[in-house]
Amino acid sequence: MAEAMKMRATMEGDVVDVKVLIQHPMDTGLMKDKKTGKLIPAHFINQVVATLNGKTVIDAQWGVGIAQNPFIGFRIKGGKPGDKVAVNAVDNLGTKFDGEVVVA
Amino acid sequence: MKQKLTSILALLLLGVSFSVYASPAKDRSALIKHYKQILPDIKFQDYIYGALAMNPDAKSQYESFMEFPSYSIDLDKGKSMWETPFKNGKHFSSCFKHGGKKVAGNYPYFDNASGHVVTFENAINACLKKNGEDELKYGDSQMGLLTAYARSLSDGMKVNVKVKGKGALAAYEKGKEYYYKRNGQLNFSCASCHVQNAGKFIRSDQLSMMIGQASHWPEFRGGTDIVTLQKRFMQCQKNMRAKPLQADSEDYNDLEYFLTYMSNGLPMLTPVYRK
Repeated sequence: MAEAMKMRATMEGDVVDVKVLIQHPMDTGLMKDKKTGKLIPAHFINQVVATLNGKTVIDAQWGVGIAQNPFIGFRIKGGKPGDKVAVNAVDNLGTKFDGEVVVA
Repeated sequence: MKQKLTSILALLLLGVSFSVYASPAKDRSALIKHYKQILPDIKFQDYIYGALAMNPDAKSQYESFMEFPSYSIDLDKGKSMWETPFKNGKHFSSCFKHGGKKVAGNYPYFDNASGHVVTFENAINACLKKNGEDELKYGDSQMGLLTAYARSLSDGMKVNVKVKGKGALAAYEKGKEYYYKRNGQLNFSCASCHVQNAGKFIRSDQLSMMIGQASHWPEFRGGTDIVTLQKRFMQCQKNMRAKPLQADSEDYNDLEYFLTYMSNGLPMLTPVYRK
Protein backbone atom coordinates (compact mmCIF):
# COMPACT_ATOMS: atom_id res chain seq x y z
CA MET A 1 0.00 0.00 0.00
CA ALA A 2 1.72 3.11 -1.24
CA GLU A 3 -0.19 5.72 0.74
CA ALA A 4 -0.20 3.80 4.01
CA MET A 5 3.17 5.16 5.15
CA LYS A 6 4.19 8.79 5.64
CA MET A 7 7.86 9.51 6.23
CA ARG A 8 10.13 12.43 6.93
CA ALA A 9 13.90 12.47 7.33
CA THR A 10 15.74 15.67 8.20
CA MET A 11 19.17 16.54 9.57
CA GLU A 12 19.28 17.53 13.24
CA GLY A 13 22.88 18.62 13.66
CA ASP A 14 24.92 15.63 12.50
CA VAL A 15 22.17 13.08 13.15
CA VAL A 16 19.33 12.08 10.81
CA ASP A 17 15.94 12.50 12.51
CA VAL A 18 13.37 10.15 10.98
CA LYS A 19 9.63 10.24 11.64
CA VAL A 20 7.35 7.53 10.27
CA LEU A 21 3.60 7.24 10.42
CA ILE A 22 2.00 3.97 9.30
CA GLN A 23 -1.72 3.58 8.67
CA HIS A 24 -2.81 0.33 10.32
CA PRO A 25 -5.71 -0.77 12.56
CA MET A 26 -3.38 -2.62 14.99
CA ASP A 27 -6.25 -4.80 16.27
CA THR A 28 -5.23 -6.74 19.37
CA GLY A 29 -7.63 -9.62 18.85
CA LEU A 30 -9.19 -8.97 22.25
CA MET A 31 -11.85 -6.43 21.23
CA LYS A 32 -15.38 -7.45 20.30
CA ASP A 33 -17.38 -6.08 17.40
CA LYS A 34 -20.18 -4.05 18.98
CA LYS A 35 -22.74 -5.17 16.44
CA THR A 36 -22.04 -8.89 16.09
CA GLY A 37 -20.55 -9.56 19.53
CA LYS A 38 -17.74 -11.56 17.90
CA LEU A 39 -14.05 -11.01 18.54
CA ILE A 40 -12.26 -8.83 16.00
CA PRO A 41 -9.28 -10.97 14.90
CA ALA A 42 -5.77 -9.78 15.70
CA HIS A 43 -4.28 -7.71 12.88
CA PHE A 44 -1.13 -5.87 13.83
CA ILE A 45 2.31 -5.05 12.53
CA ASN A 46 4.80 -7.42 14.12
CA GLN A 47 8.05 -6.50 12.42
CA VAL A 48 9.62 -3.21 11.44
CA VAL A 49 13.00 -2.94 9.74
CA ALA A 50 14.61 0.42 8.98
CA THR A 51 17.66 0.80 6.77
CA LEU A 52 20.07 3.57 5.84
CA ASN A 53 21.34 3.09 2.29
CA GLY A 54 20.47 -0.59 2.59
CA LYS A 55 22.20 -1.12 5.93
CA THR A 56 19.84 -2.18 8.76
CA VAL A 57 19.66 0.35 11.58
CA ILE A 58 16.49 -0.83 13.33
CA ASP A 59 15.00 -4.32 13.56
CA ALA A 60 11.96 -4.21 15.80
CA GLN A 61 9.41 -6.80 16.85
CA TRP A 62 6.12 -5.13 17.70
CA GLY A 63 3.25 -6.53 19.76
CA VAL A 64 -0.36 -5.69 20.47
CA GLY A 65 0.55 -2.90 22.87
CA ILE A 66 1.18 -0.50 20.01
CA ALA A 67 -1.82 1.65 19.13
CA GLN A 68 -3.65 2.25 15.87
CA ASN A 69 -1.83 4.22 13.15
CA PRO A 70 1.55 3.74 14.82
CA PHE A 71 4.17 6.44 14.84
CA ILE A 72 7.88 5.68 15.13
CA GLY A 73 10.60 8.30 15.42
CA PHE A 74 14.30 7.58 15.55
CA ARG A 75 17.71 9.12 14.96
CA ILE A 76 20.54 7.67 12.88
CA LYS A 77 24.17 8.60 13.48
CA GLY A 78 26.35 9.01 10.45
CA GLY A 79 23.65 9.88 7.94
CA LYS A 80 23.86 12.85 5.59
CA PRO A 81 21.59 14.66 3.12
CA GLY A 82 20.86 12.57 0.06
CA ASP A 83 20.99 9.25 1.90
CA LYS A 84 18.05 6.89 1.50
CA VAL A 85 16.10 5.79 4.57
CA ALA A 86 13.77 2.86 3.99
CA VAL A 87 11.24 1.36 6.38
CA ASN A 88 9.74 -2.07 5.74
CA ALA A 89 6.97 -3.34 7.98
CA VAL A 90 5.15 -6.68 7.96
CA ASP A 91 1.97 -7.54 9.82
CA ASN A 92 0.77 -10.84 11.28
CA LEU A 93 -1.24 -11.57 8.12
CA GLY A 94 1.86 -11.19 5.98
CA THR A 95 0.90 -7.85 4.41
CA LYS A 96 3.92 -5.68 3.70
CA PHE A 97 4.21 -1.92 4.09
CA ASP A 98 7.17 -0.17 2.51
CA GLY A 99 8.30 3.40 2.50
CA GLU A 100 11.41 5.21 1.43
CA VAL A 101 12.54 8.77 1.83
CA VAL A 102 15.62 10.79 0.95
CA VAL A 103 17.24 12.69 3.79
CA ALA A 104 16.55 16.39 3.34
CA MET B 1 -36.92 76.15 35.12
CA LYS B 2 -39.11 73.03 35.00
CA GLN B 3 -38.06 72.42 31.40
CA LYS B 4 -34.37 72.74 32.37
CA LEU B 5 -34.81 70.22 35.20
CA THR B 6 -36.64 67.75 32.91
CA SER B 7 -33.95 68.03 30.25
CA ILE B 8 -31.19 67.49 32.86
CA LEU B 9 -33.10 64.47 34.17
CA ALA B 10 -33.51 63.16 30.63
CA LEU B 11 -29.77 63.53 30.00
CA LEU B 12 -28.97 61.71 33.25
CA LEU B 13 -31.27 58.83 32.34
CA LEU B 14 -29.73 58.68 28.87
CA GLY B 15 -26.28 58.58 30.43
CA VAL B 16 -27.31 55.68 32.71
CA SER B 17 -28.85 53.70 29.86
CA PHE B 18 -25.68 54.11 27.78
CA SER B 19 -23.45 52.70 30.50
CA VAL B 20 -25.78 49.71 31.03
CA TYR B 21 -25.52 48.91 27.31
CA ALA B 22 -22.14 47.15 27.34
CA SER B 23 -20.02 47.33 24.25
CA PRO B 24 -18.34 44.12 23.08
CA ALA B 25 -15.24 46.10 22.16
CA LYS B 26 -15.06 47.51 25.68
CA ASP B 27 -15.54 44.03 27.20
CA ARG B 28 -12.68 42.72 25.10
CA SER B 29 -10.28 45.56 25.99
CA ALA B 30 -11.15 45.13 29.67
CA LEU B 31 -10.33 41.41 29.48
CA ILE B 32 -7.06 41.99 27.64
CA LYS B 33 -6.12 44.50 30.34
CA HIS B 34 -7.03 41.93 33.00
CA TYR B 35 -4.83 39.22 31.46
CA LYS B 36 -1.95 41.68 31.03
CA GLN B 37 -2.23 42.26 34.77
CA ILE B 38 -2.42 38.65 35.99
CA LEU B 39 -0.13 37.17 33.31
CA PRO B 40 2.30 40.00 32.54
CA ASP B 41 4.91 37.80 30.87
CA ILE B 42 2.63 36.36 28.20
CA LYS B 43 2.41 38.27 24.91
CA PHE B 44 -1.02 38.83 23.35
CA GLN B 45 -0.02 36.90 20.21
CA ASP B 46 0.81 33.87 22.38
CA TYR B 47 -2.66 33.66 23.92
CA ILE B 48 -3.54 31.20 21.15
CA TYR B 49 -1.26 28.67 22.84
CA GLY B 50 -3.15 28.86 26.13
CA ALA B 51 -1.47 26.82 28.84
CA LEU B 52 1.42 26.02 26.45
CA ALA B 53 2.42 29.70 26.48
CA MET B 54 3.03 29.38 30.20
CA ASN B 55 5.14 26.21 30.07
CA PRO B 56 8.21 26.24 27.77
CA ASP B 57 8.76 22.48 28.07
CA ALA B 58 5.17 21.69 27.09
CA LYS B 59 5.41 24.22 24.24
CA SER B 60 8.53 22.59 22.80
CA GLN B 61 6.88 19.16 22.98
CA TYR B 62 3.88 20.62 21.17
CA GLU B 63 6.10 22.11 18.45
CA SER B 64 7.97 18.89 17.91
CA PHE B 65 4.66 17.02 17.62
CA MET B 66 3.24 19.58 15.18
CA GLU B 67 6.25 19.13 12.83
CA PHE B 68 4.83 15.77 11.81
CA PRO B 69 1.53 15.24 13.59
CA SER B 70 0.40 11.65 13.99
CA TYR B 71 -3.17 12.78 13.27
CA SER B 72 -2.26 13.58 9.66
CA ILE B 73 -3.77 10.27 8.51
CA ASP B 74 -7.08 11.16 10.21
CA LEU B 75 -6.91 14.66 8.77
CA ASP B 76 -6.66 13.14 5.29
CA LYS B 77 -10.12 11.66 5.92
CA GLY B 78 -11.42 15.18 6.49
CA LYS B 79 -9.70 16.32 3.29
CA SER B 80 -11.36 13.62 1.23
CA MET B 81 -14.75 14.48 2.80
CA TRP B 82 -14.27 18.10 1.74
CA GLU B 83 -13.09 17.23 -1.76
CA THR B 84 -15.57 14.47 -2.59
CA PRO B 85 -18.40 15.85 -4.76
CA PHE B 86 -22.03 15.54 -3.72
CA LYS B 87 -24.43 13.34 -5.68
CA ASN B 88 -25.33 16.41 -7.75
CA GLY B 89 -21.68 16.97 -8.69
CA LYS B 90 -21.14 20.11 -6.61
CA HIS B 91 -18.52 20.52 -3.85
CA PHE B 92 -18.47 22.06 -0.37
CA SER B 93 -16.31 24.84 -1.80
CA SER B 94 -19.32 26.10 -3.81
CA CYS B 95 -21.11 27.08 -0.58
CA PHE B 96 -18.38 29.35 0.75
CA LYS B 97 -16.70 32.53 -0.42
CA HIS B 98 -13.28 32.06 -2.05
CA GLY B 99 -14.06 28.34 -2.24
CA GLY B 100 -13.75 28.07 1.56
CA LYS B 101 -10.31 29.71 1.83
CA LYS B 102 -9.81 32.38 4.52
CA VAL B 103 -13.47 32.40 5.60
CA ALA B 104 -13.61 30.52 8.92
CA GLY B 105 -12.53 33.62 10.84
CA ASN B 106 -15.85 35.27 10.03
CA TYR B 107 -17.79 32.58 11.89
CA PRO B 108 -19.93 32.58 13.93
CA TYR B 109 -22.00 35.46 12.59
CA PHE B 110 -25.48 36.65 13.49
CA ASP B 111 -28.05 36.07 10.78
CA ASN B 112 -30.62 38.88 11.03
CA ALA B 113 -33.05 37.06 8.72
CA SER B 114 -33.39 33.99 10.96
CA GLY B 115 -32.56 35.77 14.22
CA HIS B 116 -29.95 33.17 15.18
CA VAL B 117 -26.21 32.77 15.45
CA VAL B 118 -24.78 30.77 12.53
CA THR B 119 -21.67 28.71 13.33
CA PHE B 120 -19.24 27.27 10.76
CA GLU B 121 -20.76 23.85 11.39
CA ASN B 122 -24.25 25.26 10.76
CA ALA B 123 -22.94 26.51 7.42
CA ILE B 124 -21.52 23.06 6.60
CA ASN B 125 -24.87 21.43 7.30
CA ALA B 126 -26.74 24.13 5.38
CA CYS B 127 -24.48 23.33 2.44
CA LEU B 128 -25.25 19.62 2.73
CA LYS B 129 -28.98 20.29 2.98
CA LYS B 130 -28.92 22.68 0.00
CA ASN B 131 -27.29 19.98 -2.11
CA GLY B 132 -29.65 17.18 -1.12
CA GLU B 133 -27.23 15.39 1.19
CA ASP B 134 -27.72 14.16 4.77
CA GLU B 135 -26.59 16.59 7.45
CA LEU B 136 -23.82 15.66 9.88
CA LYS B 137 -24.32 15.26 13.61
CA TYR B 138 -22.95 18.20 15.59
CA GLY B 139 -20.02 17.39 17.87
CA ASP B 140 -19.57 14.02 16.13
CA SER B 141 -16.21 12.79 14.82
CA GLN B 142 -17.33 13.03 11.17
CA MET B 143 -18.18 16.71 11.60
CA GLY B 144 -14.94 17.08 13.54
CA LEU B 145 -12.76 15.57 10.81
CA LEU B 146 -14.46 17.54 8.05
CA THR B 147 -14.23 20.88 9.85
CA ALA B 148 -10.65 20.09 10.96
CA TYR B 149 -9.72 20.14 7.28
CA ALA B 150 -12.21 22.79 6.12
CA ARG B 151 -11.12 25.29 8.76
CA SER B 152 -7.44 24.63 8.02
CA LEU B 153 -8.06 26.43 4.71
CA SER B 154 -8.32 29.60 6.82
CA ASP B 155 -5.04 29.12 8.69
CA GLY B 156 -3.36 32.41 9.45
CA MET B 157 -6.58 34.38 9.06
CA LYS B 158 -7.27 36.66 12.01
CA VAL B 159 -10.48 35.95 13.91
CA ASN B 160 -12.94 38.53 12.65
CA VAL B 161 -16.32 38.04 14.32
CA LYS B 162 -18.70 40.98 14.02
CA VAL B 163 -21.35 42.00 16.54
CA LYS B 164 -23.51 44.64 14.87
CA GLY B 165 -27.17 45.33 15.37
CA LYS B 166 -29.70 44.64 18.09
CA GLY B 167 -30.12 40.92 17.44
CA ALA B 168 -26.38 40.29 17.30
CA LEU B 169 -25.77 42.27 20.45
CA ALA B 170 -28.53 40.36 22.28
CA ALA B 171 -26.99 37.00 21.26
CA TYR B 172 -23.55 38.23 22.32
CA GLU B 173 -24.95 39.32 25.68
CA LYS B 174 -26.63 35.93 26.16
CA GLY B 175 -23.36 34.16 25.43
CA LYS B 176 -21.56 36.44 27.84
CA GLU B 177 -24.17 35.85 30.53
CA TYR B 178 -23.81 32.08 30.11
CA TYR B 179 -20.04 32.39 30.37
CA TYR B 180 -20.16 34.26 33.66
CA LYS B 181 -23.02 32.27 35.18
CA ARG B 182 -22.20 29.68 37.83
CA ASN B 183 -23.71 26.23 37.42
CA GLY B 184 -23.32 22.62 38.43
CA GLN B 185 -22.39 20.91 41.67
CA LEU B 186 -19.04 22.66 41.90
CA ASN B 187 -20.78 26.00 41.34
CA PHE B 188 -18.16 27.18 38.85
CA SER B 189 -18.69 29.46 35.90
CA CYS B 190 -16.42 29.38 32.86
CA ALA B 191 -14.98 32.64 34.17
CA SER B 192 -14.15 31.15 37.58
CA CYS B 193 -11.29 29.24 35.98
CA HIS B 194 -10.46 30.93 32.70
CA VAL B 195 -10.77 34.57 33.74
CA GLN B 196 -10.19 34.77 37.47
CA ASN B 197 -7.71 31.92 37.75
CA ALA B 198 -5.98 31.69 34.37
CA GLY B 199 -2.43 30.53 34.92
CA LYS B 200 -3.22 28.64 38.09
CA PHE B 201 -3.42 24.85 38.26
CA ILE B 202 -6.53 22.74 38.59
CA ARG B 203 -5.20 19.34 39.64
CA SER B 204 -2.40 18.81 37.12
CA ASP B 205 -3.65 21.09 34.35
CA GLN B 206 -2.77 24.73 33.95
CA LEU B 207 -5.79 26.94 33.19
CA SER B 208 -5.64 28.76 29.87
CA MET B 209 -6.79 32.35 29.42
CA MET B 210 -10.14 32.79 27.64
CA ILE B 211 -8.77 35.07 24.95
CA GLY B 212 -7.16 32.89 22.32
CA GLN B 213 -9.17 29.78 23.13
CA ALA B 214 -11.63 29.86 20.24
CA SER B 215 -9.09 30.30 17.42
CA HIS B 216 -7.91 26.70 17.11
CA TRP B 217 -10.80 24.27 16.94
CA PRO B 218 -11.42 21.42 16.37
CA GLU B 219 -8.50 19.82 18.20
CA PHE B 220 -6.95 16.38 18.20
CA ARG B 221 -6.78 15.77 21.92
CA GLY B 222 -4.06 13.30 22.81
CA GLY B 223 -3.22 13.37 19.13
CA THR B 224 -6.04 10.96 18.29
CA ASP B 225 -9.38 12.20 19.64
CA ILE B 226 -11.02 14.82 17.38
CA VAL B 227 -12.99 17.27 19.53
CA THR B 228 -15.03 20.24 18.30
CA LEU B 229 -15.36 23.41 20.36
CA GLN B 230 -18.88 22.62 21.49
CA LYS B 231 -17.94 19.05 22.32
CA ARG B 232 -15.27 20.58 24.54
CA PHE B 233 -17.94 22.72 26.24
CA MET B 234 -19.80 19.47 27.00
CA GLN B 235 -16.63 17.77 28.30
CA CYS B 236 -15.73 20.73 30.48
CA GLN B 237 -19.23 21.01 31.94
CA LYS B 238 -19.14 17.32 32.77
CA ASN B 239 -15.80 17.84 34.52
CA MET B 240 -17.37 20.66 36.52
CA ARG B 241 -20.22 18.32 37.47
CA ALA B 242 -22.74 20.41 35.52
CA LYS B 243 -25.26 18.97 33.09
CA PRO B 244 -23.88 19.47 29.59
CA LEU B 245 -26.12 20.90 26.87
CA GLN B 246 -26.40 19.51 23.34
CA ALA B 247 -24.05 20.63 20.58
CA ASP B 248 -25.78 23.24 18.39
CA SER B 249 -28.08 24.29 21.24
CA GLU B 250 -28.95 28.00 21.28
CA ASP B 251 -26.96 28.56 24.48
CA TYR B 252 -23.83 26.89 23.11
CA ASN B 253 -24.10 28.79 19.83
CA ASP B 254 -24.43 32.11 21.67
CA LEU B 255 -21.51 31.09 23.88
CA GLU B 256 -19.37 30.23 20.84
CA TYR B 257 -20.33 33.62 19.35
CA PHE B 258 -19.22 35.45 22.49
CA LEU B 259 -16.03 33.39 22.91
CA THR B 260 -14.93 33.70 19.31
CA TYR B 261 -15.54 37.47 19.31
CA MET B 262 -13.23 37.68 22.32
CA SER B 263 -10.45 36.07 20.26
CA ASN B 264 -10.72 38.66 17.49
CA GLY B 265 -7.40 39.72 16.03
CA LEU B 266 -5.63 36.45 16.77
CA PRO B 267 -4.45 34.14 13.95
CA MET B 268 -6.29 30.87 13.41
CA LEU B 269 -4.67 27.43 13.19
CA THR B 270 -6.62 24.21 12.68
CA PRO B 271 -6.32 21.47 13.75
CA VAL B 272 -3.90 21.46 16.65
CA TYR B 273 -2.64 18.97 19.21
CA ARG B 274 -3.50 19.25 22.85
CA LYS B 275 -2.77 16.64 25.50
